Amino acid sequence: MLVAGINSRPTYPGSAPGCRSHEHVLYAETASAENEFAAQLVRLPIQFLHRIPTLTTALQRLKAVISPSRMGTRTYAASSETLIGPTVQIAQELGMDPQSVIAEHRGALARQIQFTEDVRTNIVKCAHCHSNLLVRDHYSKRLAAFQGVCGDAEIPGELPEIAEVFK
Amino acid sequence: MSSVEIPVRVARIDAVSDHIKRVRLVRTDGLPLPPYSAGSHILVNMRVGSKAIKNPYSLMGPLHDTSCYEITVLRTVSSRGGSRFVHEHLRAGALISISPPVNLFSLDLRARKHLLVAGGIGITPIMAMAAQLSALGALFELHYCTRTHTSGAYIDELKTTYGSRLYHYDSARTGRLDIARLLDQQPLGTHLYVCGPHAMIMDVMRLAGEAGWPSQHVHAEHFTAPTGGEPFEVKLRKSGRTIHVKQEESILQALENAGLEPPYLCRGGACGQCETSVVGHDGRIDHADHYLTDEEKQSGHKIMICVSRLKGSCITLDM
Repeated sequence: MLVAGINSRPTYPGSAPGCRSHEHVLYAETASAENEFAAQLVRLPIQFLHRIPTLTTALQRLKAVISPSRMGTRTYAASSETLIGPTVQIAQELGMDPQSVIAEHRGALARQIQFTEDVRTNIVKCAHCHSNLLVRDHYSKRLAAFQGVCGDAEIPGELPEIAEVFK
Repeated sequence: MSSVEIPVRVARIDAVSDHIKRVRLVRTDGLPLPPYSAGSHILVNMRVGSKAIKNPYSLMGPLHDTSCYEITVLRTVSSRGGSRFVHEHLRAGALISISPPVNLFSLDLRARKHLLVAGGIGITPIMAMAAQLSALGALFELHYCTRTHTSGAYIDELKTTYGSRLYHYDSARTGRLDIARLLDQQPLGTHLYVCGPHAMIMDVMRLAGEAGWPSQHVHAEHFTAPTGGEPFEVKLRKSGRTIHVKQEESILQALENAGLEPPYLCRGGACGQCETSVVGHDGRIDHADHYLTDEEKQSGHKIMICVSRLKGSCITLDM
């Protein structure tokens, strides 16, 4: 079964210096301990800086910020896919092309699988249907999640060796 | 694709203005015409003297009527024969053939708003877009720029159909469209579609870039007519043949006249279908397409044989 090289796997070409916009929305993730980084941000000439401790609230705030904005506003995301995925999802819900979000992958490679969070292994048991899901490169931008497929549908229990592949 | 042709009869020709004709085509073999989406074009095959001409024309509706197609043809000063043929020789009842529709300029229906900008005869694909968006109940504005009232086709029809969604700019009377200002006022999630003269398209695309619009939200259609130029030779690496490209021919036409069937779709430098690898050449390649990137053009390794030619004596192609 095709595991890698699936076209829906997003790529993140990173920031585009010199990108012309009249308003830039930057969205970055940092561990709570990295207060030094936050302190540096405070010193930059940023119009609005929101420091939000939880992802869910941060995403709600992001949506509230960009939803009423005009064309010419660009969104940048620098973080793990846990944050890039929902950022692109929000932009898409607001009519923006997913490729127009300038994303840079930083940090952990753990994946969001539909119905299952923070997956690091090639095989994961679905918390809902208990199938052994094979984690492939198949990605849904609409759901902001990778799609697992049953890895032992033909011979139940016969699976590749389980390994931590997304560190 | 290249070899599929649909036989049609010219059902009627209406003069929209002195220089613009609307042509209705119906199929003659009893089958329905293929349905198409807004922004599609067809190639119309014409024979002018000994010369075969295939010109792209946008389809303009009605969208779901598979009994006929309608195109609008502007008589151009620099006509390479096609538009002059339509204006001077084509009559109702004539039997011609067309290619199936191809869409290189489609709507992105994920948009929250659609901004349609047309200049002059560029209104034809934009009219089909307005019709589709209106039928879908989507949010859109149509901005139509003309030089004088009479040179703008379909203004009265558009006013009646779209009312306040139509913004008409008559540069001689009501002033020009301020594109930068228009682009600055659009809500997030707007897609822009522009069709018109080359300078206008380039202007709108540049201003959209400067205003921070992502390229994915800016759509344009621009067909180039092959201009002709000095004759040269084309060597084909695989077959070893050498084919002479005459002054008034494109490489594609010369290859076709020699009995070859290279792939093509738009014949206007827009679609990329006829992209051909260059093995070598003297002189320099005169790129006239809107498909290859600047880097690809500079590299000299690719050519769009429908519109680009060689300023030199011989080019070798990988075919």
